[in-house]
Amino acid sequence: MSDTAFISVRGARKRFRAEAGVSGAAGAAGAGGAGGKGGADSTPGPATASGGAATAAAAGGAVPAPGVLALDGIDLDVSRGEVVVIIGPSGSGKSTLLRSINLLERLDSGSVTIDGIVATAPHADVRKIREEVGMVFQSFNLFRHLSILENVSLAPRLVLGLGREEAEARARALLARVGLADKAGAWPRQLSGGQAQRAAIARALAMEPKALLFDEPTSALDPEMIKEVLDVMGDLAQAGMTMLVVSHEMGFARAVADRVVFMDSGRIVEEGRPEEVFDAAREERTRAFLSHVLR
Amino acid sequence: MSDNSCPEGGRPSPLKRVAAFLSRLPWWLVALVLLGAWGMASVLSSPDYRVIFGAVSRGLGVTISVSLIAYAASMVLGLGLGLLRSSRFRPAREAATFYVELVRGLPMLVILYYIAFVGAPALAQGINVLLAPLIRAGLMQPLLARSFDFATRAVIALTLGYAAFISEIFRAGIESVDKGQIEAAEALGLTRGQVLRRIVLPQALRNVLPALANEFVAIVKDSALVSALGVQDITQLGKVYAASTFRFFETYNAVAFFYLCLTVSLSLLVRALERRLKRSSR
Repeated sequence: MSDTAFISVRGARKRFRAEAGVSGAAGAAGAGGAGGKGGADSTPGPATASGGAATAAAAGGAVPAPGVLALDGIDLDVSRGEVVVIIGPSGSGKSTLLRSINLLERLDSGSVTIDGIVATAPHADVRKIREEVGMVFQSFNLFRHLSILENVSLAPRLVLGLGREEAEARARALLARVGLADKAGAWPRQLSGGQAQRAAIARALAMEPKALLFDEPTSALDPEMIKEVLDVMGDLAQAGMTMLVVSHEMGFARAVADRVVFMDSGRIVEEGRPEEVFDAAREERTRAFLSHVLR
Repeated sequence: MSDNSCPEGGRPSPLKRVAAFLSRLPWWLVALVLLGAWGMASVLSSPDYRVIFGAVSRGLGVTISVSLIAYAASMVLGLGLGLLRSSRFRPAREAATFYVELVRGLPMLVILYYIAFVGAPALAQGINVLLAPLIRAGLMQPLLARSFDFATRAVIALTLGYAAFISEIFRAGIESVDKGQIEAAEALGLTRGQVLRRIVLPQALRNVLPALANEFVAIVKDSALVSALGVQDITQLGKVYAASTFRFFETYNAVAFFYLCLTVSLSLLVRALERRLKRSSR
């Protein structure tokens, strides 16, 4: 069945990262969530959920107790050209899953296969995996000491071995594609959040990846800038890019996603077409979460 | 109503402008400049001072070259140690920390004596042992401790000492680089070495440039310690001149004058550098 899957995750398990384990073990309930996710998740709402044990567990996802798994047996396939949006409360393991796919984090057990290559094998070619799968971060992470053009052309030159002219031509074309043709010579600090995130998308595209991972790409943006980033992402999806997106932009998920996955406490609780999940969720936990995110 | 509350709103009076100028003036710098002017004036007016300045200034080259060479060498060694200290490989980290703590726990003067009177003879002996076949074949003379002059030993000692301080600065700089920058570079497929050279070090260096420049000011001052080995720097020449003429007051005035010229101008440069970096970042 994984013949068609471009990204295939099997039985992924992972404990919270070491620093989160420390704060969790110290019994610092408030610190555990922030430490474990590096503040990456910014879901409001679920912690205030009222009601049954299920919602209590959902709320507990934000504050992992000692020994709790960030990923607790995840199976996920993403086909070529598919757009999958992952939603879920803070600390549910969404970002950890994404980061495990391009090996920024190591699974404790389970496997990740990308385009038939077992990425989690002991001697897997990590660089090859990362050439195939690009990543876009919540905080953009543009290289501060390089111009926008250099940001986009650096990796093609260093990793793909392109000459300066070729790499810069490619970078300029991509910057034009995300609407930043006039910002090639600018510095990252001179860009607005929306421009910075579009530049970061161009940087990821410059490696001509076969799939892109988006880790809450609009969570750090002011509301008026979210749309310009989502528009670029929508264009990419239209062009057939394989995308795995952690996001709470429900409008985007409805319009662009082929599939929505709801995660909680390191497990996939429910998945399906956007309208199935958003309008007719089978699971109580999904409904409780959505009722707090959707107004 | 705003024009009522601000009568001088149109144009400040000359008196006010002078007051504003005076309030912005860095008085410490004014005092230092006056002190320097007084020093220059006394040199020009007194033949004694002229002789003393001439005698002491012959050490200026030694002071500057000892400082420059020791600084350059300790930058290289310090960078290596700093990289080891932030390495993931624990033995490397421990070894570098061992060295840094050892050296930082010793007075610079003791390091100087130790390298000069223990280290240099040991080094000569070590080289002799290594090159014993060449010596036996008559291709070279056995090295003596004398083969290293005291200026060289002093530079080695200052280098070893300052490398420890500078490595701490580099380590702090490397640790100050945002983790996200490293992750982004890794996610693009850069190797660990490329991430270090292209992303981490340029940003780290930028963050610690003023601190590194300050170490140069410090090494200029500590270069006076080489006079304890008889190296002919400003301090040593001043010491000798004062001892032979009993003109302690004038001689050490001249010595202090030279050091202040070097250190104050360097400090001003560091401040300018800091301001520029602050402006260009963010």
